[in-house]
Amino acid sequence: MSLLSVQNLTMGIHNHPVLRDVTFEVARGEVVAITGESGSGKSMTAFSVMGLMPDGSHATGRIMLDDTDLLTRTEAQMCALRGNAIGMVFQEPMTALNPVKNIGDQVAETILIHGAGTRAEAMKTAAETLTRVGLPQDRFPLGRFPHELSGGQRQRVVIAMAIALRPALLIADEPTTALDVTTQAQILKLLAKLAREDDMGLLMITHDLAVVSEMADRIVVMQHGEIVEQGDTAHLLRNMRHPYTKLLFAASTHQVDLPTRKSDASLLKVDGVSRDYRTPRKTLFGAPGTFRAVDNVSFDIKKGERLGLVGESGCGKSTLTRAILGLEDVQSGTITLNGAPVFSAGKANLAVRRNMQVVFQDPYGSFNPRHRVSRLITEPFYLLDDPPKGQARTDLIAETLEAVGLSAADADKYPHQFSGGQRQRIAIARALIIRPEIIVFDEAVSALDVSVRAQILDLLADLCRQYDLTYLFISHDLSVVRTVTDRVLVMQSGQIVEHGATEQVFSNPQHPYTQTLIAAAPSLPDLTDMTDEATAHAQSPLV
Amino acid sequence: MLRYTLKRLLSLCISLAVASLVIFFVIEVAPGDPATFMLGINAQPDTLAALRAELGLDVPKWQRYLSWIGGLLTGDFGTSYTYRTPVAQMIADRLWVSLPLAIYALTLSTVIAFPTGIYAASRRGKAGDTAVMGATQLGVAIPNFWFAMMLVLLFAINLRWFSAGGFVGWDNGLGAGLWSLTLPAISLALPQAAILSRVMRSALLDVLGEDFMRTARAKGLTRGQALWRHGLRNAMIPVLTIIGLQFSFLLAGAIIIEQVFYLPGLGRLVFQSISARDLIVVESVVMLLVFAVIMVNFAVDLAYALVDPRLRSRT
Repeated sequence: MSLLSVQNLTMGIHNHPVLRDVTFEVARGEVVAITGESGSGKSMTAFSVMGLMPDGSHATGRIMLDDTDLLTRTEAQMCALRGNAIGMVFQEPMTALNPVKNIGDQVAETILIHGAGTRAEAMKTAAETLTRVGLPQDRFPLGRFPHELSGGQRQRVVIAMAIALRPALLIADEPTTALDVTTQAQILKLLAKLAREDDMGLLMITHDLAVVSEMADRIVVMQHGEIVEQGDTAHLLRNMRHPYTKLLFAASTHQVDLPTRKSDASLLKVDGVSRDYRTPRKTLFGAPGTFRAVDNVSFDIKKGERLGLVGESGCGKSTLTRAILGLEDVQSGTITLNGAPVFSAGKANLAVRRNMQVVFQDPYGSFNPRHRVSRLITEPFYLLDDPPKGQARTDLIAETLEAVGLSAADADKYPHQFSGGQRQRIAIARALIIRPEIIVFDEAVSALDVSVRAQILDLLADLCRQYDLTYLFISHDLSVVRTVTDRVLVMQSGQIVEHGATEQVFSNPQHPYTQTLIAAAPSLPDLTDMTDEATAHAQSPLV
Repeated sequence: MLRYTLKRLLSLCISLAVASLVIFFVIEVAPGDPATFMLGINAQPDTLAALRAELGLDVPKWQRYLSWIGGLLTGDFGTSYTYRTPVAQMIADRLWVSLPLAIYALTLSTVIAFPTGIYAASRRGKAGDTAVMGATQLGVAIPNFWFAMMLVLLFAINLRWFSAGGFVGWDNGLGAGLWSLTLPAISLALPQAAILSRVMRSALLDVLGEDFMRTARAKGLTRGQALWRHGLRNAMIPVLTIIGLQFSFLLAGAIIIEQVFYLPGLGRLVFQSISARDLIVVESVVMLLVFAVIMVNFAVDLAYALVDPRLRSRT
């Protein structure tokens, strides 16, 4: 008999349907992954099981945990189950912990709130649990505060809180989405190990199909609040029946077709650049220390070249980007575009800035919500001495919007009227409208769903053909960098540790760090002509 | 924590030094002769000369500044020109009314605001919340002097529970002293409580939306437990800021209420000495108030650090 059995779960929030007829099971010791794109209802399913649905929601059907129907439990009964019989791990480890309480108290609280021991016993169990999730007491005493830990370490604390009472079911909602690839691999390994050791059912919610295929025993694919397909991982990967499942998997391994580069002239030259930050003084009157975020970095980008920059958080990618965009000065070295410095006389060099544009990660936060698209995308005109006016301006707006796959009529709309993918198209239009010589894409597709991401990547390839784009593509996502760049730089602790032609670096990495990165990145097994055994083998490395 | 405290102390000393310089130069050195200003334009030349000598205006400015500071540090605030009594004594007398009144009012306001703010936040959007928000809106809008007069009308004149004004002095016992400060404290506290409970509510609502509140619920805490154990302390930073500002205001800003209840407080002293052009008193009282405000800010900074461990480790 299965541990969790969700039967015909239908849920709506204020009469707006969210889930329809969701039915699946999780057995003890089994890893079940629910996957799908944003808005598919996968997180809502998890919250329904926890009984933490938003106000105004109404659910029908049954959610059986062993013999108990969770939907018929009162709030007080659910409180007794949460943290005790069901644990949950969340997406954002940086904010999932209370910043003003130490980690010992927060883990012990799970035990205390369920009356499972005295305070002293709870602290002892907390220490044991933290050690168990990889935070040994000699290095991570109970008195540590969340801000003293990295993202991966915080996620371990969240996991410790969830498993302290050895629940029968653990729900993990995008547990590694906010983490670097090497950290992600460790956390996934930890979750798999805990599930196995405690014979715990693990319900994973994730959009990342590579993670799914490596972790899960069974896969549940959701779209628009419904389950479109589910089955054993090996079987499902081999015999996808539903078109949406096929589309999802095709999109996550999407390859674009980049045109060949025409020119060989150097465009952007970064030469021996170092960037220091001041760190707080160690003593009241001592000299402040310095932290070298970018350390003697040199590379160049040729006209029409697509260069990738990969590395984990804190490696100096963003600092380097800011320096290239002329937003900050550097301590040594030079950055020039066509021979002219990007930063001169204490500010960004305007003549150079108008030849550079940037597209950021967050398609929601990077627009002023009160401006119309026409105004948003013409912002770079301020950089021009003689911006187009009147009909020329209208024509250019229409042409640019059409170039990124939107329509001229969209110029009068506001950003909230567009989806995430469409907004990212607007961001690209904004970068493209003054025909810069180089565009910097700073994690530009990281926040997008796989199918949307595939479309944006295709758009990039199109624009390369149409406008001979030169770009610097910064991302932590190796598979994306692999398909949209000609050459790649690998950055670690402020230094470029490896660079070379993209395909060569990925297929034959030389530097140990690059090897670690590529090994840690979860990958989809090759699904063409695969036998059951081969698939089963391909999904085994974590188990 | 020690480094944080030392750093705050250093900034406190710098603030005090800068404030004293500014006060001194604005009052003493700004255009016009203080003696002429104090005596008015029709003053006799010999009176003027006498006052100049008494004020020490015949020595260099920096010397005057040093002797003023030296005096302040040793408790010698000079002698009031109008009352001919030591300023230190006058301020001390008034402070014994103003300080207890401020603490009394602040305590009342906190005691009222915390439960109502927490209640409103926990009942967000429901009838209880709407009622609290309506009442606090009213509390913010009603002028405190009008409210004070209504209190006097009801409790002093009709019910005769309190006297309508004046202060009996602490010699008659703590109870009697507090009793005579009760109506003024209530009229000062209510508008403050209205503001504070709104701040408390919105700070709590911000915290309730945080991810760690969801984590707390996933551990099995009820809504109420999550709010008490995780919400409250995180909501304290904006609340402490407002409490600090309110205390500073209560210390000196109670002029109108002191006037309504005929209380011999600092606010009235400032008001009277400004009307009497008694610069010696004004200067000292202003410095004292600046000192109090800076000390309150220092205390609030320390309270921040107690509440939030991130501030302790950052310097």
